[in-house]
Amino acid sequence: MDLRTTYLGLTLKNPLVPSASPLSRSLDTAKQLEDAGAAALVMYSLFEEELQHDQEVMDDYLHNQALGHAEATSFLPLHDSMRSRQASYLEQLQRLKQALEIPVIASLNGVTPGGWVEHGKALQQAGADALELNVYYIAGDMTVSGAEVERRYIDLLHELRQHVSLPIAMKLSPQFSSIANLVGHLERVGAAGVSLFNRFYQPDIDIDSLRVMPQLRLSSPAESLLAMRWIAMLHGRVKLSLAATGGIHDHTGALKMLLAGADVVHLCSTLLLHGPQRLTQILRDMEAWLEESPYESVEQLKGVLSQRHAGDASAYARANYLQLLNSYLPGMDT
Amino acid sequence: MQHQATIDGNEAAAIIAHLTNEVIAIYPITPASPMGEHADAWSAQGRRNLWGTVPGIIEMQSEGGAAGALHGALQGGALCTSFTASQGLLLMIPNLYKIAAELTPMVLHVASRSLAAQALSIFCDHADVMAARGTGFAMLCANSVQEVHDLALIAQAATLEARVPIIHFFDGFRTSHEVAKIETIGTEVVRELIRDELVQAHRARALNPERPVLRGSSQNPDVYFQGRESVNSWYLKMPAIVQGVMDRFAALTGRQYRLFDYVGAADAEQVLVLMGSGAETAHETVDHLLARGEKVGLLKVRLYRPFDAAALLAALPATVRRIAVLDRTKEPGADGEPLYKDVLGAVAYAFAAGESPLGQLPLVIGGRYGLSSKEFTPGMVKAVFDELDRERPKNGFTIGIHDDVTHTSLDWDAGFRSDAAGEVNCALFYGLGSDGTVSANKNSIRIIGETTDLQAQGYFEYDSRKAGAVTISHLRFGKQPIRSSYLIGDDQAQFIGCHQTIFLERYDLLDKAAAGAVFLLNTTATPETAWDTLPRRMQQQIIDKQLRFFVIDAYRVAQESGMQRRINTIMQTCHFAISGLLPRDQSIQAIKDAVEKSYGGKGDRIVELNFRAIDDALANLHEVNIPDRVTSTFERPPAVAANAPPFVQQVTARLIAGQGDRLPVSAMPADGTWPTATTRWEKRNIALEIPVWDENLCIACGKCPFVCPHTAIRSKLFDPARVSDLPPTFRHMPVKGKEFPEGAHIVYQVAAEDCTGCGLCVDICPAKDKENPGRRALNMAPQPPLREQERVNFEYFLALPEFDRREVRNTVMKSAMLLQPLFEFSSACPGCGETPYLRLASQLFGDRMLVANATGCSSIYGGNLPTTPWAQDSQGRGPAWNNSLFEDNAEFGLGMRIAVDKQREQAIELLDRLASHVDAALLRGLLDAGQGDEAGIHEQRERVARLREALQPLDLPEARQLESLADSLVKRSVWIVGGDGWAYDIGFGGLDHVLSCGRDVNILVLDTEVYSNTGGQTSKATPRGAVAKFSAGGKPTAKKDLAMIAMAYGDVYVAQVAYGAKDVQTLKAFMEAESWPGVSLIIAYSPCTAWGTDMANNHAMQDRAVRSGHWPLFRYDPRRAASQENPLQLDSREPSIAYRDFVSQETRFSMLWRSDPEAAERYLGVAQQHALDNYRHYRQLADLSYATPGAEKPGQAKE
Repeated sequence: MDLRTTYLGLTLKNPLVPSASPLSRSLDTAKQLEDAGAAALVMYSLFEEELQHDQEVMDDYLHNQALGHAEATSFLPLHDSMRSRQASYLEQLQRLKQALEIPVIASLNGVTPGGWVEHGKALQQAGADALELNVYYIAGDMTVSGAEVERRYIDLLHELRQHVSLPIAMKLSPQFSSIANLVGHLERVGAAGVSLFNRFYQPDIDIDSLRVMPQLRLSSPAESLLAMRWIAMLHGRVKLSLAATGGIHDHTGALKMLLAGADVVHLCSTLLLHGPQRLTQILRDMEAWLEESPYESVEQLKGVLSQRHAGDASAYARANYLQLLNSYLPGMDT
Repeated sequence: MQHQATIDGNEAAAIIAHLTNEVIAIYPITPASPMGEHADAWSAQGRRNLWGTVPGIIEMQSEGGAAGALHGALQGGALCTSFTASQGLLLMIPNLYKIAAELTPMVLHVASRSLAAQALSIFCDHADVMAARGTGFAMLCANSVQEVHDLALIAQAATLEARVPIIHFFDGFRTSHEVAKIETIGTEVVRELIRDELVQAHRARALNPERPVLRGSSQNPDVYFQGRESVNSWYLKMPAIVQGVMDRFAALTGRQYRLFDYVGAADAEQVLVLMGSGAETAHETVDHLLARGEKVGLLKVRLYRPFDAAALLAALPATVRRIAVLDRTKEPGADGEPLYKDVLGAVAYAFAAGESPLGQLPLVIGGRYGLSSKEFTPGMVKAVFDELDRERPKNGFTIGIHDDVTHTSLDWDAGFRSDAAGEVNCALFYGLGSDGTVSANKNSIRIIGETTDLQAQGYFEYDSRKAGAVTISHLRFGKQPIRSSYLIGDDQAQFIGCHQTIFLERYDLLDKAAAGAVFLLNTTATPETAWDTLPRRMQQQIIDKQLRFFVIDAYRVAQESGMQRRINTIMQTCHFAISGLLPRDQSIQAIKDAVEKSYGGKGDRIVELNFRAIDDALANLHEVNIPDRVTSTFERPPAVAANAPPFVQQVTARLIAGQGDRLPVSAMPADGTWPTATTRWEKRNIALEIPVWDENLCIACGKCPFVCPHTAIRSKLFDPARVSDLPPTFRHMPVKGKEFPEGAHIVYQVAAEDCTGCGLCVDICPAKDKENPGRRALNMAPQPPLREQERVNFEYFLALPEFDRREVRNTVMKSAMLLQPLFEFSSACPGCGETPYLRLASQLFGDRMLVANATGCSSIYGGNLPTTPWAQDSQGRGPAWNNSLFEDNAEFGLGMRIAVDKQREQAIELLDRLASHVDAALLRGLLDAGQGDEAGIHEQRERVARLREALQPLDLPEARQLESLADSLVKRSVWIVGGDGWAYDIGFGGLDHVLSCGRDVNILVLDTEVYSNTGGQTSKATPRGAVAKFSAGGKPTAKKDLAMIAMAYGDVYVAQVAYGAKDVQTLKAFMEAESWPGVSLIIAYSPCTAWGTDMANNHAMQDRAVRSGHWPLFRYDPRRAASQENPLQLDSREPSIAYRDFVSQETRFSMLWRSDPEAAERYLGVAQQHALDNYRHYRQLADLSYATPGAEKPGQAKE
């Protein structure tokens, strides 16, 4: 069975690619992912806020420890090997490149144009095979229009494209009024792929303390359908690569994405829950399914149920939703 | 090859020490700590020594321990060194005798510091090294940063050759902390001077079972004396060896030293003899006088021991008629200080023996100068020469103070300036410790030192307070070597930078401005309005001295350029732009280059922000037009209020105003006794924001006064019906509860002028606005507009009567917090995690409390002049406090208890003898008094008063005796207080002994998990994986479990508390500890600014420490065993958050992930497991049954 696929111009041995997660922080787990069958690896994200905070902390270490008391002109010793987050990230990227045979995709997570060009160039120099740009932006400003929000993405990509020759994937959130149009625009500006969809970590309210608390919840399979729909709607209409991300926990989830038209399937929560060997299981199950299926390769499978090929184009459209709703009976879920 | 570097004296010594040794045993002590810190950091980074190996660093539990380890390592054949000062050197003395007597080569680097006498002082004099004269160590003195670097190497080479160990000393702070441009010694020079065959010979003498020998024998009267004399020939040869090394060094570097270096006229008739940094000032002054044809000279003593009298005499000009020897030490009762006696002896003996090269027997006088870094200026040097001119010069004189008691002091001309003063450019900067002024100035010195041919010198005056500490930076730049080892004086500074507007009302900033100088002020005032913000005196000085006046709103520029509140680069840029030191463009480029260099690889964005701030600074720097007359209507306010007590007015106020140098000897308490309750007079106004109480939301829980580190928010109860003169903005509210009288109102009042603005009261406040949960019953608001209003309110609050202690329910927080705090407004850091415990103890027991305080943060914010936070109640009662030393505090406190108990015992004996003269009921009451609560204490005090009345008419010696002992009949509460450096390390032996002795003392360990006061060095309380000084690579071992050790005694009350995690448990522990009539130990978790984390997170840090299992809360009460209950009660639950969540939030841990992530993960893994195991272990202990086998617990029903 030929599992090969092409993503961002890279030929991958299969479509399973662990997405940005702490698993790439350690060489050991990264190696385990490769051994488990991962076709490429998206590194953990380099966060803009983290870099900003990091530089403030570094500034404090270097210049602002003093109280002005005669006995303590500083408190914490500064080690020469102390590295900024960016430097550590680049070092880890280099280590991963040395240790792994699969492509390594660096991930940048941020919101403002400043600095990304420099970071992008540094990542390219450090040997990244591709770049995933995760523009994490909550458009809460009432004076900013949807078009302006989209412009941010486009400008950022455009700026980066001028200085970085690596293939760039844009990881998008579902919160755009015209995703297809945006993806088309990104393609024209030079995106090599899009990854659908980014999940924002949502704050929660603690009713005991009456405080707003940050929450980290892993994805659930139900979340994957949104990405599946949009991949299905984009497949064949754009030339750039399509990656599915969010809520893919098993081989059925992965296969659905491929059928909808994804080039690769990103895995994260399931690997965090079950460990790197989970990937081997999914791969085996996929292969088993494929063996039983009429398809001989992943390339053949990709997009057979996209909107273009599904036969019933309305299957991915709103009318179908109404139909479902009308047929909904209380207690159906339980 | 020689290079230049701009470094301080400590680094200059440490470079050589690290390069030429194999084992370095260290222990922190100011001002020597940075040498050990450098050595530790370099070894942690893998820096290798001359022989290609990384020196091993070992931190010991005390200097005594370090000396023992050194002795052992030397006997093991290693090349060893250490660094110390003051009391540390004293603790090393026993081993120094051994090391020297065994003819073992080593160099001990000492940053000389005063010894604790009538008071501790961290500043410089030679009392410490003089106390080590008898050890047999040679002594070599360096006078400047360059000399420190050079003589460190000369000492190392000489000791190997001579086999006599050397104390290489230099002046603490003045030289150890002075930043100067020096020529550094290349490794090839070191290689040339250090002879490997001597190193190998040292190794060959080591203890080695392959060729065993015995040292350290015990000798009898038959041979000990001869043995002591057997080393003489080594000492006789030593001076020539040292001179030989000096000569070889000169051949390699061009810098020639001699055992005694003479400068001055070849035919001088008057010569000064001294050593240390003061010799540099004397050198500068002698040059000045020589230029005027005076026949004067100066002899700098370099090799002080062995004292080579012949070399001394040979170095003196034969024409000398009068010699003044200056000692930087005081030996009470001696007829002269040591150097004086040595010089006198050499001169007199040679003359009497007919061996003197001098033309006549000169008159030799001695004097003292510079104790505790007292200024020693050219004017003072000149005064000593003038004294030598007198017919009968004063012997045993002092210079630098006004001694109006025994009249030892010489007068001097404070306006005298040497020629050198006219050749340098002087700049002064007034900043806050926290605003980065010092670091920017160090950076400026480096820039100028390293990018120009100018010589550069920086010296920094620091504050004795930690919160709102003020720094004054003294910078000199010039074409000639700078020998001015004294502060910039009046009318000398060409530039004065004031980085905080508040200083306008605190200091006479422009006294030191030279004519035509530039004055730069950071202010929110515009160029148009700035003039009017100056006090009259300053305006007059600007006009009279024709100063140029510039302003910048640095905080606004910082905010706008993305630097938040960091103003140091902005102020530095302004200095460079307008001081005229360098061409403007060149200087700005140099700052930018320095920014890039200092952040290289560590943060491009910060570099960008700094660049922006530099450009914005220039755009926002404005010159103010100076009117031709004074227009201001105000003067600088007085240092203390007019109603302060006389002593505070006459002495304390002058210390606060920075005029302590002008106080005469007669103003000083002769025995070190000072009044308490003085911080209340020092209104520092350092908070930018203060809490504002909203009585409509308050639930009167009492948590805010409980957590306030500065006792700046307090509660009182009063009856509104009984007061009629409430200030208009005075807030209060009715309070209900069975512990309060009907109709009472409660007030939570902020001391706006004493608050530091840490915000912890707001953080702890549980009362939220239902409609706006972000708002609480306390909310921060800017201080300036509230200052006057709240000053009036706080005064009114203080005048309200205190709540009757007998009525307070001190197990209930809101009630306990009505007790008057007798520890207030300390100078501890904002957000300090220690002080709430001390305040709590003072509230509960302060009126009958004796405090023995180990040296450390708590002794500094508790007892560093000018003021003390230990306070008094309206009866004049309050904690009586003393600090003995660092290492002996448990014993010191025990001594207090023994004295109190003995006196009580004597009082009871006397009562017995006088029984027939005292009313039987009163007698019975006095003897049987139950003093377990406030009512009991109150009644006993009344009985003692009645006893005094009864004794007064008795004409019996026993009656007089009993009168002097009667106070001891009232229960005393003895508190032994200190930090973890004391309790876990240096004082542990004594602490352990006190734990074992069963006496009624309360030991409070303020555990910050590092040596906080000396800058955050590792102690045995430091947790695994934490980065601290001396553990630059993360502490590899676990924290010592002091509680478990104490519990092993069985009869010690032990509590582990964290007030920010569980306040009521802390309150309970204090009450139980005091009530236990044996030893009590409270180990108190005390978050510290040394952890590198914003202290606004103090409570959250405590909470995470407890919830992660790092700091389990418990109480071990031996009383419970008697009722067959387990003495151990665990007060915190099983760890509920991951240890990672605890460490990731604290810089002290998280920074290791930046330098060594693998080690960080490894330590985390072990620490996580340890936290779980440790909790489980405590749980098991707490669950053990104490019921007698086969017997029921009292009151336990059978099932």
